[in-house]
Amino acid sequence: MTLLSPPPMPGTSGTGVNPSHPDGADDQPRTVGRLTQDDIASLVAAFVGSLALTWLVYFQLLPLSGKVGFLFCWYAAFLAVYGLVSSFGNPRPVVVDRLWGAAVAGAAGVVFFAVLSVAIYTLVKGEGAWIHGNFWTHDMAGVGPTETLTHGGITHAVAGSLIELAIATAVSLPLGIGTAIYMVEIGGRFSTVVRTVVEAMTALPDILAGLFIYTVLQLGLGFQRNGFCAAMALSIMMLPIIARSADVSLRVVAGGLREASLALGASRWATVWRVVLPTARSGLATAVILGLARAVGETAPVLITSGASTFFNTNPLKNPMNSLPLFIFSSVRSGEPTYITRGFGAASVLLVLVVVLFIAARLLSREKTKR
Amino acid sequence: MTTIAPPPTIDLARLEEPEPERDPTGAQLDAVNISAWFGTNKVLDRVSLSMPPGTVSALIGPSGCGKSTFLRILNRMHESVPSAKLAGEVQLNGQDIYAPGQRITETRKRIGMVFQKPNPFPAMSIAENVVAGLKLTGAKVSRSAKEALIEDCLQRGGLWAEVKDRLDRPGGALSGGQQQRLCIARSLAVSPDVLLMDEPCSALDPTSTRRIEETIAMLRDQVTIVIVTHNMQQAARVSQQCAFFLAEQGTPGVIVESGPTRDIFERPRDQRTSDYVNGRFG
Repeated sequence: MTLLSPPPMPGTSGTGVNPSHPDGADDQPRTVGRLTQDDIASLVAAFVGSLALTWLVYFQLLPLSGKVGFLFCWYAAFLAVYGLVSSFGNPRPVVVDRLWGAAVAGAAGVVFFAVLSVAIYTLVKGEGAWIHGNFWTHDMAGVGPTETLTHGGITHAVAGSLIELAIATAVSLPLGIGTAIYMVEIGGRFSTVVRTVVEAMTALPDILAGLFIYTVLQLGLGFQRNGFCAAMALSIMMLPIIARSADVSLRVVAGGLREASLALGASRWATVWRVVLPTARSGLATAVILGLARAVGETAPVLITSGASTFFNTNPLKNPMNSLPLFIFSSVRSGEPTYITRGFGAASVLLVLVVVLFIAARLLSREKTKR
Repeated sequence: MTTIAPPPTIDLARLEEPEPERDPTGAQLDAVNISAWFGTNKVLDRVSLSMPPGTVSALIGPSGCGKSTFLRILNRMHESVPSAKLAGEVQLNGQDIYAPGQRITETRKRIGMVFQKPNPFPAMSIAENVVAGLKLTGAKVSRSAKEALIEDCLQRGGLWAEVKDRLDRPGGALSGGQQQRLCIARSLAVSPDVLLMDEPCSALDPTSTRRIEETIAMLRDQVTIVIVTHNMQQAARVSQQCAFFLAEQGTPGVIVESGPTRDIFERPRDQRTSDYVNGRFG
């Protein structure tokens, strides 16, 4: 019945090795918490039974159609049948446990499926663009609206994104970590105000950041639409995220380390710079990556402050500079099928970039827990 | 008439040993009329204690009697608590460390501190931890001098033999007792005149405690040592002079009695001291 063979009884010499004996073979760990036949059977029965029932009722008896509706009804029927099957010969806690388990697993499955389908849909739709080498090596300068996908590429958008992110990081990294240092190391009543403002800023609509830079830098100070203004708008989005996560990672640095440093005769500045920041290093790296991941996908601020261009531009102070989200936005909106495909191709690149950033954040924070 | 027998756990034979002649290099530390407050709550009331070089001074007493506060006043760590206030003077070789113009960082460098919980810097290796004080105070030291200093301080901290092959490993990977000795070595690297220890063994096992006590005995003629301890046997083992702190209900802490350790444990003048060292309360 079970997959485990029963252990040889003492005195029997079926295998010739007594597991409990010192010179016998190593004892095997027991498998505990294994699913019983009843568990598996009722799960399978409910799955198949509810499928058949829903198919019969949904498509044959009622004048309904549609895949989503069918899946939804199937899931509801599955929960009902599973609860019913489980209630035969099982006490109430077991039935409740199974139903909750099924409901929670179902919710997790929906989220997983949603994320995966978005990613796969993007990659498949963009394949026509990113499969071609020129997509990675050319810009869109001089590419007419009807040219095929073997012409033009996104280097200008990638370069623009990277330059804008680099400038935005250079601005928001020192400011964000400085804000966190102020909130944690200096403190006082005003730091509570700063913390509240930073928390409110994390919820700032991104278009406001763009409008702010547009009115202050471009209308007010006479800047042209360029990559620098876009980077400023992005840094407004990054700043609160970096400050917030850096705040958390500085706060968990043990107070005893600060005292130890001060007791050695260190100034407060030396304590922060040489003890607190290095101790929180991986947390700070994660903070920066979270900020980058937020900024890399922002469309509205760069749309207002930089505007799209088709040519390769590495000068952030002159002429509009394209970026990946902006390229996606303008391509998909154009209505031309090749452009839409290029938009999905750029979205695939952006998606991979974000995944890479989050994996980096994970690795950095894991290094912290290992210590 | 009652005579109080000393508790059997205290090694009297060791206490009777004549002190060998030494040429101590530590500094004279005098606390004069120290009072301390947290907010409006007075925790110490005009405490005076003289801590001469070449001796280990033990501060004993029940919890909450102000021993640790007193110790933290001795190297100006007390004032890092926002509501903390104090009165009186702490004189290092006759010079008031709280006088205007005395640099707080310089004072703390000369009066080092070892904390209750071992706290090596986790982002630094063992070797970097030892010389962290130099880096933190901006002292420039050549590479070879640094290596010599690392070995010297770890020797004096009693840790060299155990870590000499893994000086580049993180300090946090050591055992608790080793970490505490690393912290002692770290304090020694800035060549302090005084070393304050706030219950340095309370988080450690008996073997590690013994190693630390051996280290203290070895360091005694190099720096003036002040140690707070809850463990009276430890006070009897490591110290030459002893001060008994007590805060009676609702009153700030005071020194009930101080003097040579032997006198405190064998011939206490005050009944409360006698009760405490014989384990009748606290």
